[in-house]
Amino acid sequence: MTQHIATLWAKRPTPRGLAVDSPARPVFLALGLMLVVGWLLFTIDGGQFFSQANIVGIQQRSAALGIVAVGQTLAILAGSLDLSVAFLISLSSLIAAETMAEYGVLAGIGATLVVSAVVGLVNGLVITRLKVHAFIATLGVALIIKGVLESRYDGPAGHVPESFQRIGFDRIGPVPVSALLWLAIAVAAWFLLSRTTLGYRIFAVGGDPEVARLSGVRTDRVIVTTHVLCSLAAGAAGLLLAARLGAGAPTVGTDGGYDLESVAAVVLGGTALAGGRGGVAGTVGGVLLLAVLDSSFNQLEINSFAKDVVRGVVLVAALAVYARRRYAR
Amino acid sequence: MRRNLPIFGVLTVLLVAIAIANPYFLEPQGFLAFVKRAAPLAILAAGQYFVIVSGEFDLSVGSLVTAEVVIAARLVDGDPGATWPVIALLLAFGALVGAVNGLVTTLLRVPSFIVTLGMLLILSGAVSLWTDGSPRGALSEQFRQFGRGTIGPVPWSALILGAVVAYVVWLMRADFGRTLVATGDNQTAAALSGVRVHRVKTIAFVLSGLSAAVCAILLGGFAGVSAQVGQGLEFQVITAVVLGGVVLGGGRGSVAAAIAGAFTLQALFTLLNLHGISGALEFTVQGLILIVAVALGTLQPSWRPRRRKPPALTS
Repeated sequence: MTQHIATLWAKRPTPRGLAVDSPARPVFLALGLMLVVGWLLFTIDGGQFFSQANIVGIQQRSAALGIVAVGQTLAILAGSLDLSVAFLISLSSLIAAETMAEYGVLAGIGATLVVSAVVGLVNGLVITRLKVHAFIATLGVALIIKGVLESRYDGPAGHVPESFQRIGFDRIGPVPVSALLWLAIAVAAWFLLSRTTLGYRIFAVGGDPEVARLSGVRTDRVIVTTHVLCSLAAGAAGLLLAARLGAGAPTVGTDGGYDLESVAAVVLGGTALAGGRGGVAGTVGGVLLLAVLDSSFNQLEINSFAKDVVRGVVLVAALAVYARRRYAR
Repeated sequence: MRRNLPIFGVLTVLLVAIAIANPYFLEPQGFLAFVKRAAPLAILAAGQYFVIVSGEFDLSVGSLVTAEVVIAARLVDGDPGATWPVIALLLAFGALVGAVNGLVTTLLRVPSFIVTLGMLLILSGAVSLWTDGSPRGALSEQFRQFGRGTIGPVPWSALILGAVVAYVVWLMRADFGRTLVATGDNQTAAALSGVRVHRVKTIAFVLSGLSAAVCAILLGGFAGVSAQVGQGLEFQVITAVVLGGVVLGGGRGSVAAAIAGAFTLQALFTLLNLHGISGALEFTVQGLILIVAVALGTLQPSWRPRRRKPPALTS
């Protein structure tokens, strides 16, 4: 036992992101490979992969999904799951646009984040207090939000001031502001997971809730917190999309398929769906991988439906590879 | 059996409420019309039950139903002679998709949530690719009979549902059912007791694929051909199964209760419609009831027997 602990401590100093046993490693290898393939495809097709337009495009495309996926990572790491993010994104975009039109930008941001946090709190409490499986709890909350959206809105609503729209389109050099926002949220989540007590507790609860509870972790609190953070991330994505559209839209979340797609990005990044293993770095890699795939398809002008087919195959193939690696050891 | 009581109680209450709001419901015609509407979801729920009780998910059924309907319309194309061969092909395709789901889940050890999510993407993408976005062709009258026709006073779909229910109940009482529940309850223990876990789970996915094929045949006749026919069905059917008291994660719940869950969901829709809460708020009510029902199911008082008799592992 002591020996076990000793080896655990000895391992700690290696940087987690690049260690051989890091679950994030294969996704970055795949991303590197995909960048080379993308570059080759672009060159053959007469385009420029590393052109500023394409690089900016990739970042723009991945920012919203990336922000949601970072939140989803926290929920999944704690052994939970959030299927309500897509409808919450739509709701956030509408709340943001309507409040901003009336009371200004800051009030809009505040209202959106408060509502998102409340939705996350409800998700977390239903899961922990009522002991409803996360899949069903968040699906139920998603349906509730869907009903509210469909009964109150039948099209885009509200208006986002010019000053706030800049978040959606401005960039500093080749880096869009939206990508910086994503980066900031990802770094915050990374810090939370690797440098704070809460982070270690999230891994503990996701690894084995019973063991975590017996070790003195208040597991319910941890799960509720991850759901609040996940919903806040969805709210931030809704704000970003409202800034891009200039208004709120009731279908912006579901059209993007952010619920299942964010789960896909998280598991592509090597985070275990059952929780307890993985991290934010892998998720960022997973989102970028999907975005590079997208931009290659766009360059080749392949039918958008074929994209779904390839995505499905990539997802299953990647997970099969991870499973092999895990069992090979 | 005692475990099943809550869902049958809820179903009875809903049916009585419908009958009060609409007395026509008590007449055989009115009731059979309701059964006809509920049949596709009930059959799909029976298939999903096998997968869920074995401890897995099948998210691909919604897009599989769409794919089957679109394929049927394209291949039948109004030709009555093509009806039976196409039906055989649809069943084979459903079984094939289920087999792929099952084999990838068991042999490649990919979580079924992801496998069937990937299958969802592949099927919906492939169907749109094949039809250029909008389905073409038409179903023959013979084909549509199953979804909307009747033999005498009894709808075809009610008869098909009856046959499916009889088959799945028999299946769950046979060795297969016992091994399936044992697998979902504790996969390692089941494997050590000699259950061929991979085979049992793969068969569960094949049954789910087959149920999607049958559901598509009924829905194609009932609702007609569109690219949206199966949209959202995967979540609806999981809702139905869970409403029936079947536990996500496997090993608990009965197939009769899962089918009753589908009827409950349909009765709920009917009732909301009767009271004018159609369309938008329907979802909100559905979500609330889903959470409340499942919460009540897990917080049930202690009169319920804590331990079931362990399933016999004969094979």
